[in-house]
Amino acid sequence: MALSLGWHIILAAFGVAFPAMIFAMHLRGVRRDDAVALGLAKRWGKVAAVLFAIGAVSGTVLSFEMGVLWPGMMGKYGDVLGLPFAFEGLAFFLEAIFLGIYLYGWGRMPPRRHVWMVLPMALMGIVGAYCVLAVNAWMNVPSGFRLDHGKVVDVNPWRVLFNTHAFLQFAHMWLGAYMITGFTIAGVYAVGMLRGRRDEHHRLGFAVPFVFASIAAVIQPFMGHVLGMGMAGRQPSKLAALEMETTHESPSPLHIGGFLVNGHIRDSISIPDIGSLLAMNSTKAVPDLAHIPVKDQPPITMTHWAFQSMVGIGSLLMLAVLWYWLQRRRGKDLTDRRWFLWFVAAAGPLSVIALECGWIATEVGRQPWIVYGVLRTADAVGDYTGRLWILYGASLVLYTSMTVGAVVVLRSMARRWRAGESELPSPYGPEELDSSAATAAGEGR
Amino acid sequence: MSLEVVVAAALFVGVLAYAVLAGADFGSGFYDLIAGGTRKGAEMRTLVDHSIGPVWEANHVWLIYVLVVWWTGFPSSFAPAMSTLVLPLLLALLGIVLRGAAFAFRKYSGSLAQARLFGIVFASSSVLTPFFLGAVAGGIASGRVPATGHGDLWTSWINPTSIFGGVIAVGTCAFLAGTFLAADAVRSGHAHLADQLRIRTLSVGIVTGLVVFAALVPLQDDAPTLSHGLEHRAAPLVVASAIAGAATLVLIWLRRFAWARLTAVVAVAAVVSGWGMGQYPWMLVDQVTITEAAGARATLQGLLVAVALAAVLVGPALFYLFRLTQSEEWSHDD
Repeated sequence: MALSLGWHIILAAFGVAFPAMIFAMHLRGVRRDDAVALGLAKRWGKVAAVLFAIGAVSGTVLSFEMGVLWPGMMGKYGDVLGLPFAFEGLAFFLEAIFLGIYLYGWGRMPPRRHVWMVLPMALMGIVGAYCVLAVNAWMNVPSGFRLDHGKVVDVNPWRVLFNTHAFLQFAHMWLGAYMITGFTIAGVYAVGMLRGRRDEHHRLGFAVPFVFASIAAVIQPFMGHVLGMGMAGRQPSKLAALEMETTHESPSPLHIGGFLVNGHIRDSISIPDIGSLLAMNSTKAVPDLAHIPVKDQPPITMTHWAFQSMVGIGSLLMLAVLWYWLQRRRGKDLTDRRWFLWFVAAAGPLSVIALECGWIATEVGRQPWIVYGVLRTADAVGDYTGRLWILYGASLVLYTSMTVGAVVVLRSMARRWRAGESELPSPYGPEELDSSAATAAGEGR
Repeated sequence: MSLEVVVAAALFVGVLAYAVLAGADFGSGFYDLIAGGTRKGAEMRTLVDHSIGPVWEANHVWLIYVLVVWWTGFPSSFAPAMSTLVLPLLLALLGIVLRGAAFAFRKYSGSLAQARLFGIVFASSSVLTPFFLGAVAGGIASGRVPATGHGDLWTSWINPTSIFGGVIAVGTCAFLAGTFLAADAVRSGHAHLADQLRIRTLSVGIVTGLVVFAALVPLQDDAPTLSHGLEHRAAPLVVASAIAGAATLVLIWLRRFAWARLTAVVAVAAVVSGWGMGQYPWMLVDQVTITEAAGARATLQGLLVAVALAAVLVGPALFYLFRLTQSEEWSHDD
């Protein structure tokens, strides 16, 4: 499940943020009659088609896994947490419909109407992401039901859908999606510029996603901080693990890095007092692990490292984009510097790492609970432990081959585009076969 | 009608839509598979691309809809079905993943060799996936999913009802796809493709029709509850499917493909509804009724809100998509 979620989350990020960028590019193309922008929008649409297809199927894997792997959760709490999924399904429905219309609408619809077909996808990406995050927020801060002698009663699914924590988690993830998509796509064109391709096509292909990513990257650290506020009350064990606080200290220090060995922190850089300031917005003590029974503690070192890697990468990206725009105001274009282009090329993978780390921090940090304080992961999982490994192995093979397939196809698309093809006809179509046969005959002569 | 039954009906509408719409997409894989060598099958494969490309993802979402409404509305029947029918479900899932990914990859693959590999994966998984889904339906309909879950991992889906269910699913998918593809072929000016499809679809239709009615005999022993339902409450649907099926064959024979699409949809929808009506009021036949399986009332009401919203928002959008793809302007090549 972690494998498929971790894989799907990247595609979901593209699903949420990519349509908005395509829309911005396409709108520019239509409004300014800009052929370069239109060309880019069209290409991005094709890339999105491939990513969406595998995103759709990997999302289906998740809905199956919900039932197969977590019967203990779905059987008991299915009706509590299901409603957001219903609305997510609704959003995904509209996304898929408008994807079909948009992709096949090129040249078949009036351009001014066509450009608006991608907007519902961008909006529904927001709705869908919100709904999924509402469920995750519910797992962190359960609400909308009562336990009466172990039985679930007084179910109020609307409180799950609109739970207070959902909006903050959503905002954090949403910005993350824009960072990943923006930096990754800008990175592709940065690599092109590094190889000496410095035309309008590359300039624009870099600029639009980079603007999106910049805005998200600057807001993200603050959003993350707001999300963390109050965690001491909600999930003290997670906060203690994130900050790796083993003992009660007031104000608490900040531990950067380090490992927990026999209950003692080793090899960390500790800065006095800062821990409380960052985590509590005050000089009060950060919750510590000494007060939490070992059986209720999450894996500390992993949570701590994942969290700090995310924070580190996020801060680095924020500083980098601020530097870029500051230099630009002074009339210096950093895209003329090779080191900056290399940095942007790395920013995409870095933000993917940050996303995965953030996800690990929140999920592993919630352990041993699957629904915090209510249901333990061990009680929710299906009881086919032995066979689970076969399933895991099979999924690993499947996901690896899908990744390889996607990379091969996307790379060959890029190669053909660079070679000057624009429409990318399928190689098995009648016309293509005719023309390649003609070429072969010509070469044979 | 009680709230539970309304939600169950909404769930079944999803099953029906998935069977008909996604069924036609899966069925296209059958004609892709038997289209012949690279040169000979080029036109057919391009027609398949063009025909299902814009719609398959939207049609696929019906499955998500079914799963979500099922586990949200009837959580206590979802877990037993999942734990019993885990093997065919995982195989169907594998097929769904391979079909979708390979279809998208094939269209943009850079070389013929790549396209061949993706094409084989796409076409064969398209043909096999409906079999496993049909087998799952057969397992539920023949009362092989115990209310407590963890029924037999093998006999729950390798049994007469499941095998017939699987074969019928493959057949109806191919039958639907054949009529839709033939209509598309005529509209885009590929008359000889339509001729080829006409013969193939007629053969598929006759075989599938025979299997559907042959299945009624073994079902009497293997799935008595369903069989009783089919002979009584659902009898009108069985008759309707026979009439619509025969009408489709005649229309295809007469090359009225556009009209044949309608009757084919009616025939398949009647077969699937026959199953649903036949097993009513059971959610898991002989084990759990719809009312027993239902989740919290507030959630059922919430689900109905979601379904109503879907009807208002998704309905028109879906209609728009289908109208565009079935129109003249959209039929010309890229």
